[in-house]
Amino acid sequence: MMARLLLILCLIAAPVFAVQPDEVLSDPVLEERARALSDDLRCLVCRNENIDESNADLARDLRILVRERLVAGDSDEQVMDFVVNRYGEYVLLRPTMTGSNMILWVSGPIMLLFALIIAFVYLRGRQTETSEASLNEDEKKRLAELLKD
Amino acid sequence: MPITWFMITELGHFALILAFAVAIVQMIVPLVGASYNRRDWMAVAEPAATAQFLLTGFAFAALTYAFVVSDFSLQLVTLNSHTAKPMLYKITGVWGNHEGSMLLWVLILTLFGAMAAWFGGGLPPTLRARVLAVQSAVAVAFFAFIIFTSNPFIRMAVPPFDGQDLNPLLQDPGLAFHPPFLYLGYVGLSMSFSFAVAALIEGRVDAAWGRWVRPWTLAAWVFLTIGIALGSWWAYYELGWGGFWFWDPVENASFMPWLIAAALLHSAIVVEKREALKSWTILLAILAFGFSLIGAFIVRSGVLTSVHAFANDPERGVYLLIITAIFMGGALVLFAIRASAMEAKGVFSLVSRESALVINNVLLAVSCFIVFIGTMWPLVADLLFDRKLSVGPPFFNQAFTPFMVLLAIAIPFGSLLPWKRGRMEKIMPLLLPALIISFVLLILAVVIEAGLSIRIPIYVAIIAMILFLWQRETLEQLSKFIIPAFILGVSLIALVFTIQTGQSVLGPLGLALGAWVVFAAITELWQRSGKSGARLRRLAGLPRADWGKAVAHAGFGITIFGVAGLMAWQQEDIRVAQIGDRFDVGIHEIELRNVQRAEGPNYITTMAEMIVYRNGRQVEVLRPEKRFYPVANMPTTEAAIKNGILRDVYLVIGDPQANGGWAVRTYIKPFANWIWAGSIIMALGGGLSLSDRRHRIGAGARKTRVPNAVPAE
Repeated sequence: MMARLLLILCLIAAPVFAVQPDEVLSDPVLEERARALSDDLRCLVCRNENIDESNADLARDLRILVRERLVAGDSDEQVMDFVVNRYGEYVLLRPTMTGSNMILWVSGPIMLLFALIIAFVYLRGRQTETSEASLNEDEKKRLAELLKD
Repeated sequence: MPITWFMITELGHFALILAFAVAIVQMIVPLVGASYNRRDWMAVAEPAATAQFLLTGFAFAALTYAFVVSDFSLQLVTLNSHTAKPMLYKITGVWGNHEGSMLLWVLILTLFGAMAAWFGGGLPPTLRARVLAVQSAVAVAFFAFIIFTSNPFIRMAVPPFDGQDLNPLLQDPGLAFHPPFLYLGYVGLSMSFSFAVAALIEGRVDAAWGRWVRPWTLAAWVFLTIGIALGSWWAYYELGWGGFWFWDPVENASFMPWLIAAALLHSAIVVEKREALKSWTILLAILAFGFSLIGAFIVRSGVLTSVHAFANDPERGVYLLIITAIFMGGALVLFAIRASAMEAKGVFSLVSRESALVINNVLLAVSCFIVFIGTMWPLVADLLFDRKLSVGPPFFNQAFTPFMVLLAIAIPFGSLLPWKRGRMEKIMPLLLPALIISFVLLILAVVIEAGLSIRIPIYVAIIAMILFLWQRETLEQLSKFIIPAFILGVSLIALVFTIQTGQSVLGPLGLALGAWVVFAAITELWQRSGKSGARLRRLAGLPRADWGKAVAHAGFGITIFGVAGLMAWQQEDIRVAQIGDRFDVGIHEIELRNVQRAEGPNYITTMAEMIVYRNGRQVEVLRPEKRFYPVANMPTTEAAIKNGILRDVYLVIGDPQANGGWAVRTYIKPFANWIWAGSIIMALGGGLSLSDRRHRIGAGARKTRVPNAVPAE
């Protein structure tokens, strides 16, 4: 594999650009899977660019690597595991939902819940004048229930 | 004589230091004057603000002059300019670097300060003195930052013969004017901050304060919107594959203040109209500028790696962090002490415009929080958990998008609900047309995408129209059930469609959502203009703020549709083409006619000539380029784009291949322009609202001013 990479790197003078015609797999199903995987893989030397968008040589290496694994018959998970094993967690654009990363994933929903509760409490507090009027809705029912007992 | 321009630089440097001194005076004297109610001390603020602006303006002009005449004895000019560079980019190169952009930053800061001094005549004198003093305190911090860590006027001992040129990516009209707009936005939020801190010192927030702070926030938000749209548009055509948003730390740095500013200008309405949400609005005003400062830190410290970053200088980063900590810490402590004193007056029910605006604030603030935590997470994970990881577009798309969807669903309800107390039963019938239109569009899009006959949606539309016109009353009575029925229907269609075709429903859903927001905005204007004749006259007579609101909301809907449409329906074709090859991409045919080399003023280019055909007819000749800038030793891609309302054809020329062909990439980008059109419409709406006479600074101040305002101390 290294030999092939080296050959390719020698043939193509820098700069190269995003996905090259010679990289595209002939099997459209596999190519589509490669594209889907690429969305979540980071070009290691760029900013938040995935490897399909990147012009860097390293991104090209990764694109070829992903396709080689797919052609070899790996499942999507196996390909991702292989890449992460080799390049580390840094390569993933979508952080895994494991360990401390759970803070990242759940803090948004928790914050939303928190904000909604505060907002609700505040809004209820603001309707003091109308609270009498709203007695006919829920509170009336509750009042009826209380009176029944 | 060389002496002259030599001196202009020195005078500029001197003016900058003088402005720093004036800023220190303006920070202290009016503040002391306000607390002892001494008019003469407070009166210092106004001329000082003007002087600060003029001095900074002179310094900026001096630096610009050095760039224009290519004075390579200035280190900054040497590092960022070149004699062969076109004049436009010599001028825009002034802010295409860290030091120069900081000078532009304080220039705008002092401009806002001066404008508050010039147009703030209607403000209570103590509030005005305090606003100007706080604004000047911000200026002091940034003057010190420039003079001590990022001085643009540093000379070189041995001036070189020529400069090292500006980063070629920045030599572009889109990017040249992207920073000034962003800074106008970032720095504009400093006014909201100054008003908030001044009000906290004053100890009073009332309806008048809400009215004064709104135009500044609105202006800042409009500029931010334009700046972000320009940057996104630039990324689209310049980076060579048509991406428009990367969730890059620097983009997020401009997006967070935008979100908070959007929340702030909505909550300030509640303060103005209903005297509620006061302390929350103050907090937002503080945070909005806080995110601007954090943005400056992110961009300039290089802690979060990004291609936009100017300088990876930890020392500057530390200084900016200190500035952020001082201003945020100080303001938040003041807030903690004083916020409880601001009692709300307005009373309203759970279903009301006020509640809707609170929901708007919740969604915007939490979405901003998600962008913030996603942006900072790599840093946090590295420092605390020793994990080196990335947070990229897949995370943000997943975690952030739902908030914009919820926002879009909620906007029409919120904007139609009345103040104080509303009833859903009353506004649902008004929204019925918008609901039906978006439903029909959804079905239309799904049917077209699934490749089915277009007859079905036409029948649905006709039936819906007949039902609507004939049984309007019944429908309106049933409107309570229409929303649940609609949601059920949409989910069913989405489910069946995804299972049947395996395609994403993103496009159709985005179309329906965008249409919902746009048509609800139209409904609102229709509704406001009354039931009987002379509607046009009444429409024209509506306050500009009402127009602004409807236009801005419609722009948001259009942007949502553009984003969804582009992401769902774009096509891509990558191939090796020989000269003379013709190939199909979607409904177009592309021919690679010729590739040749040419020379530009400061670059070498490989330019292809490509023809776009549709139905066998030539529609456009496009010339995508690959440029190489020898001085900066950098290649760039210049995509060629045929812009269209329904789709862009986006062509990129790649490398020559071993067999004599060229790598050619063709993208079909549907509805791409709707994204920026929507953004510009949003900004236009903001501008319309800004021009409403109610928002002119000081308007109505005399009515609400309390005589003999007593200082809070």
